[in-house]
Amino acid sequence: MVAPRGTMREGFAVLGVAIRREPWIFTVSTLGSILFGALTVADAWVLGWSTEHAIIPAFEHGEIDASILWAVLGLFVGVAILRAVGIVARRLGAGIMQYRMQAHSRQAVTRQYLKLPMEWHQRHPTGQLLSNANSDVEAAWFPIAPLPMAVGTIAMMVIAIAQMLVADLVLALVGLLVFPVVIVANIAYQRASSPLMTRAQQLRAEVSEIAHESFDGAMVVKTLGREGEETERFATKVRDLRDVLIRAGRIRAMFDPTISALPNIGVLVVLGVGVSRVLSGATEPGSVVTVAYLLTIVAFPIRSLGWLLGEFPRSVVGYGRVDSVLQATGEMPYGATPLPDVRTGAHLEVDSVAYSYDAEQSLLSDVTFDVEPGRTVALVGPTASGKSTLTNILTRLVDPQNGAVRVDGIDLRELPAGELAGAVSIVPQTAFLFDDTVRGNVTLGADVPDEDVWAALRMAQADGFVAALPDGIDTQLGERGTSLSGGQRQRISLARALVRKPRLMILDDATSAVDPEVEARILRALRDGGRDTTLVVVAYRKATIGLADEVVHLDRGRVVDRGTHTELLDRSPDYARLVNAYENEAETAGTGGEA
Amino acid sequence: MSSTVESGESIKAMATIRRGMQISPELKQGLAGTLLLAVLSTVGQLVVPIVVQQTLDRGLNGPDGPDTDFMLRMGIIAAVAIAVTSYCSYLMTTRLFRSAEGGLATLRTKAFRHVHDLPLLTQNTERRGSLVSRVTGDVDTVSQFLVFGGVMMIVSIGQIFVATILMAYYSWQLTIVVWVCFAPLLMSLRYFQQRLSDAYGVVRRQVGVMLSAISEPVVGAAVVKSYAIEDRTQERIDTAIRVNREAATKAQGLTAFSFSLGGLSGGLANAGVIIGGIWLGFAGDITAGEVVAFAFLVTLFVSPIQMGTQILTDAQNAIAGWRRVIGILDTPADLVDPGEQGEVLPRGPIDAELRDVTFAYPGGPDVLHSVDLHIEAGTRIAIVGETGSGKSTFAKLLTRLMDPSAGAVFLDGIDLRSIRQVSLRSSVVLVPQEGFLFDDTLRANARYGRLDATDAEIRSSAAELGLADWLDGLPNGLDTRVGQRGESLSAGERQLVALLRAHLADPDLLVLDEATSAVDPRLEMQIGRALERLMSGRTSVTIAHRMSTAENADEVVVVDAGHIVQRGPHTVLLQDPDGVYAGLHASWVAQQGT
Repeated sequence: MVAPRGTMREGFAVLGVAIRREPWIFTVSTLGSILFGALTVADAWVLGWSTEHAIIPAFEHGEIDASILWAVLGLFVGVAILRAVGIVARRLGAGIMQYRMQAHSRQAVTRQYLKLPMEWHQRHPTGQLLSNANSDVEAAWFPIAPLPMAVGTIAMMVIAIAQMLVADLVLALVGLLVFPVVIVANIAYQRASSPLMTRAQQLRAEVSEIAHESFDGAMVVKTLGREGEETERFATKVRDLRDVLIRAGRIRAMFDPTISALPNIGVLVVLGVGVSRVLSGATEPGSVVTVAYLLTIVAFPIRSLGWLLGEFPRSVVGYGRVDSVLQATGEMPYGATPLPDVRTGAHLEVDSVAYSYDAEQSLLSDVTFDVEPGRTVALVGPTASGKSTLTNILTRLVDPQNGAVRVDGIDLRELPAGELAGAVSIVPQTAFLFDDTVRGNVTLGADVPDEDVWAALRMAQADGFVAALPDGIDTQLGERGTSLSGGQRQRISLARALVRKPRLMILDDATSAVDPEVEARILRALRDGGRDTTLVVVAYRKATIGLADEVVHLDRGRVVDRGTHTELLDRSPDYARLVNAYENEAETAGTGGEA
Repeated sequence: MSSTVESGESIKAMATIRRGMQISPELKQGLAGTLLLAVLSTVGQLVVPIVVQQTLDRGLNGPDGPDTDFMLRMGIIAAVAIAVTSYCSYLMTTRLFRSAEGGLATLRTKAFRHVHDLPLLTQNTERRGSLVSRVTGDVDTVSQFLVFGGVMMIVSIGQIFVATILMAYYSWQLTIVVWVCFAPLLMSLRYFQQRLSDAYGVVRRQVGVMLSAISEPVVGAAVVKSYAIEDRTQERIDTAIRVNREAATKAQGLTAFSFSLGGLSGGLANAGVIIGGIWLGFAGDITAGEVVAFAFLVTLFVSPIQMGTQILTDAQNAIAGWRRVIGILDTPADLVDPGEQGEVLPRGPIDAELRDVTFAYPGGPDVLHSVDLHIEAGTRIAIVGETGSGKSTFAKLLTRLMDPSAGAVFLDGIDLRSIRQVSLRSSVVLVPQEGFLFDDTLRANARYGRLDATDAEIRSSAAELGLADWLDGLPNGLDTRVGQRGESLSAGERQLVALLRAHLADPDLLVLDEATSAVDPRLEMQIGRALERLMSGRTSVTIAHRMSTAENADEVVVVDAGHIVQRGPHTVLLQDPDGVYAGLHASWVAQQGT
C-alpha cells in the first residue's frame, strides 16, 4: 500500500510506466495537444490579420478584393482543420494509450491468475479477481486521458511564465506564488483522498465478490427463499461504498474550486502589489496588465494539471492493487527431467506423503503405496478421510509438505511444466465444464479427430445423449455446462480424460451422479478397453472397487490397510462396515450407530 | 418463456434516463437546488474575469493614473465573487455526489435483487461475469457521467443560450450566420450519437464478455491446471481483452472525430462572421468595431458547444452502461410472487399433486408429458428412472424453481403459483445434488436454513442426522471456513452441510435430489435412517439413485421418457419382472454384488 505522502510521486511513477511502455503513442498525442495549443494562439493571430487586412480596409474603402475574402476563409478553415487534427491526435492518442495499457495490465494479471497455485486461488474470491482485472486496471490508467492535455499545456505555461519574468521580475515572482500554493493544495487533497480511494477500490472488490458468489449460488438462495437476506448483504456493502464515494466527492468538491480560484486570487494579489509598485514608480502599468493577463492564461494549464493530479489517488490505489497480484508469489517451481517417452501405463509411487492446512490438523500423514504400470488401485475411505486431498497431490495441484509422489521414478516436482498433464489425467468429483461446445470440452483445444472424440464419449457412455443434442458434439453447453444434468456433466468430464489416452488416470468418485446401469457400462468399457492405463479410483460402490487389483484403505489421513478387496473384507471390520453398508442396511435398519 | 436477460440495447437514450430516474428517485431529489448552484457558480466564473478586466482598464489605466479607491472596491467585489463562486461550486458538487451515488446504490441493489427474482433458467443462461459487470462496472460508468457530465451539460446549454442573446444584441444577421455555420454539426450530432450509442453498447457488452472469460478459468482453476491448458485459456482471455480494447478504441475514434467537428464549425463561423460583417458593413448596418467585438463573442458560443459535444459522447458511454443495468430490471421475473395477496400454506405435512403437468425447456422437446401424480401428506416417495428420464424435473416443479408449461402443481390443494414465496420457501425445501456453500464458516452456511439457529441447535441437528462425529472431527468445528463455493470441503462434506441446512429449515415437504451421492456408503445409510426418523410427520420426495432409498420409501414412482410408468411399494414393483423397475433394480444389485 502506498503512503498518502507519496501519492503525487507515485502517481507520476505510474504515468512513467505508461510512457515508457507506449512512448510513440504518447508522443503523437502530446504533439497533437501542442498543435492544438499553438493553433488556438494562431486563431487569435488570424483574427488580427483579418481585422487589419480585410475589415479595416473594407470599411474604409467601401469595397474589397474577393481574393482577400477567400484568404480569410482559407485561413480560418485551415487553422480549424489543423486544430481538428490536433484534437483527434490528442484524444484518440490518449484513448489508444489508455486502452493499450489496460490491455497490457489485464493480460499480465490474468497470466498471473493462471500461474498462481491452487492455494492462492482458494484464498482469493473470484469476484475480487474480477475487480482487480476490471475496476482496478481502469482506475490505474485513468490519468492517461488528461495526460496529453496537461503535458501540452505545460509548454503554454512555460512561455507565459517566461514572459511574466521579462515583464516585471518582482510581480512575476509574486504571481508565481500561486504555484507553491497549488502544490500544497494538491498534497492536502491527496492526503485526504488517498485513504478513501483505497477503501473505495477495496469495497468495489467486495461488492463484486458478493455479487459473483450470490449469483453463483442463486439456486440455493432461491430454494431457501433467502433473496431478502442476500440483497441486504449486498446492500450493506453498496451503502458503504456509496458513503465512501460521497465523502471522496466532498473532498473533490473542495479541491476543484480551489484550483480554479487560485490563479484568480493570484491576479488580485498581483494587482494589489502592482498598484503600489506603479505608485512608487518601480514599474509601468503596462507591465502589471501583462503579468495579470499572463496569470489568467496560466490558469488553464493549472486547471488541466489539477484534473490530472485529481485522478492520482485512485490511480495509485488501483495500480497498487494490480501490482500486489503481479507480485504474489507461490508459483510452483518446475524441474527439467522429462518422463520417458512411452505410451504404456505409468508406475506411481506415493512415498510418506504428508499434508496439512495448518499446524494443528493434518489431512494426510505418512501415506505410502505404489501402483505398478497398468494396474488399478482403489482408494477407499469414509467421507473426509483425505482422498480428495491425495488426488490433488497426485495431479500436483498442491505439493505435499513431506514425502514425495513419483511417476516412473521421477519426483513430480522434477518434471517440466505441462509434462505431468501429458501423462496423467484426473476426473474430479465435481465436473467443471467450460462455456464451449461438447467437442471443445472434450479436446480442450487439442487437435483431435472426430472419431477419437466419439470413441471417448462412447467409452464414457456419453455418446447417446450427445448425439441427441441439437448440434451433436458442436452443441454449445453454456457456462459450467448448466444445460446438462450432473451425471451428464460427469460423463463429458470423463471423456475429456479418456480422449487423451493418459498413462495414469485418476477417477475421484467420478461417477457418483451417474445411474448404476450407466456406471456399470463405463466400468466395463474401462476394464475391457484394451488400454494399458494405470488407474487410481476413489470409489464407494463395490462394483467399482471390484475392478481394482488392490485396495488402499484410508482413514483420517492415514493408510490403515492395503490388500485385495476380499482380503480387506476378511481382516478389517471397519472396511467391511464401510463397503457393505448398503447390504447391512436391511439387517441394522433403525439404529443410529457411530460414524 | 424468456430465458435470457434483456440487453437493454433497444431502449432509447431519453427513455433510459427517464427510466433510470424512476428507478433511482434520489437522482431527482434536490435537483432544482443543485441546478441553481450550478447557475450561480457559472455566473461567478464569468463575473471574475469581467471584474478583473474592469479593474485593469478603469482602475490601473485610469485617465489620472491608477485609481486606488476604485481598484480596492473592485478587488473586494472580485474576492467576494471568487468566494461565492467557489462555495457554490463546492455545494453543487457535494450535492451531486450525494444524489448520484445515492441513486446508483439504489440501482445496484434493485438490479441485484432482480437477478435473484429471475427464473432459474434465465440465471443459468446468463454468464456470471456478465451479470457481475452489470451491477459493478456498468453502474460505475453511469456514476462518472452523472457527477461530472450532467450539470456541465445543462450549464453548457445555458451558456449557448446566453451567448446567442449577446450576439443577437450586436447583430441578429451575424447570429444567424453563426448558427448556419453550426447547423451541419448540430444535424450530424444525431447521426454521431446513434453511432456512438452503438459503439459504446458494444464496449459495455464486451466488458461483460471479458469478465466471463476471466472468471471461468479462475473458477475452474483446478481443471485448467491439471490439464495444463494455460496457454489455450490465456489465448481465449487475450482474445476477449483484445476485442474489448478494439471496441473501446473504435468508440474513442468516433468520439474524437465528432468532437473535432465542433472546432471546424468554429473556424467556419469566424470566417463567416468577418465576411458577413464586411458585407453588412457595405450596407451600413454595422461598424468595424462591432464586427471585431462580434468575432470575440463567437468564442463564447464555441466553447460551450464543444463542451456539450464532449458531454454528449460521454453520456452515450454512460447510457450504454445504464441500459444494461435497466435491462436486468426489464427482464420479467417469470415466477411471479403473488405477494401479500398470495395464499399461505398451513403448517404440517403437505399433500402434493401434479395435475396433467407437461414441461419443456424453452425451445426444447417436452421433458414430462401430461403427468398426474398425487403424493399424500406424510408419505415418503422415491422417484427413480434413468438419467434423462425427467426425474429431476419433478424436484424443480415441486419446489417451484420452474413452472409447468401446461397443467399445474398443487400443495395442500393450492396452486403453487398462488402461494406466497415466503410461505413456500419456509415450508418446502430442496436439497440439490451439488450443495453450494458460501465462502464463510460452516455455522453461517448451516444457518442459511434457519437464520436464528443457535450453536446448540445446529449441533443437535447434526447429532440427529448422525453427523456429530464428523462435526467434532473438523479442525475448527462450526468455525471451519468452507472456502469459495465450499471447495475447502470435499463434495461429500458439502452435501452434509446442505442436509444440515435443510434440516434446520424444518420443512413440511422435503425434496432431495440425489442429495447424498458423494457421501460414503456407511454415512449415507446413517443419514438415510436419520432422515427417515426426521421425516415422520412430513412429506418427502427423494430423487433416488440408490436401491436402498427406493426400498425404504412408502412408494416408488418409476419415470421413463417423461411418463410415469410404474408406481407402488418396492416389493410390489419387483413382482413384475418385465417392468422398468425390475431392470433398474437388477443393475443396482449387480453394482453391489461381489
